[in-house]
Amino acid sequence: MTAKQVSYTYESTLETVNDAEDRAGRVAAEAGFSDDDVMSISMAVREAAVNAVLHGNAYDPSKKVTLAFEQNGKGLTIVVRDQGKGVNLDAIPDCCAPENLLKQSGRGIFLMRSLMDEVQINASSAGTEVKLIKHFPGTAGNFQEASH
Amino acid sequence: MSMKASTREIDGVTIMDLSGRITLGEGSVVLRDVVRDLLSKDKKKILANLADVSYIDSSGIGELVSAFTTVKNQGGELKLLNLTKKVHDLLQITKLYTVFDVKEDEATAIKSFV
Repeated sequence: MTAKQVSYTYESTLETVNDAEDRAGRVAAEAGFSDDDVMSISMAVREAAVNAVLHGNAYDPSKKVTLAFEQNGKGLTIVVRDQGKGVNLDAIPDCCAPENLLKQSGRGIFLMRSLMDEVQINASSAGTEVKLIKHFPGTAGNFQEASH
Repeated sequence: MSMKASTREIDGVTIMDLSGRITLGEGSVVLRDVVRDLLSKDKKKILANLADVSYIDSSGIGELVSAFTTVKNQGGELKLLNLTKKVHDLLQITKLYTVFDVKEDEATAIKSFV
């Protein structure tokens, strides 16, 4: 199967979060995922977009958020990039630790990891890139193989 | 769909009927404002009915947690009622299900407030 790729560039606004979530849901549904998986994918993309707009670009109008989809025979990969300072993953506490349970924030990345099959986060001074991967049923674990 | 909230009172317990999505932005602000308004009127026994809440994101979860602690710090109680499966699952994976007092029946929930 030929890989299908498409990408979008967004402003750093709250509308972007809703648009990214809606678009991810549509792409996932068109790809043939179940309703539950569509929900998981759109939620994970929403969390990544929230982080990109709010924490990465900090609503800076000069900075953009890009959203890229790639679908192949194994599943769907979504990449969300911002142009912020780059998240420091070591500074994010375990949101499920007893001492952090009642904190108001810090659950976004945890939710992404819970909802998707694979989550890769690369941060640099040029921004943060979040790669979210959902396998089609029955193809789990074959993604690396497919990319060789 | 944005979030809507209405309140009613039974036996000294304020039932907060929420519907729609509790997400970053409007949904979270509505929840915050309603809880703040109730506390300002000294209404500290609050039952949040989430039967018609279709979706909560991490910001919405944070807002629920914040409401829970704010009410508790003022000597009150905030309990949750009628979680949908999606919201139930979200609270399970974030380990918040045991933090909140979650009820499935309104009459029983109302009686549970001291």
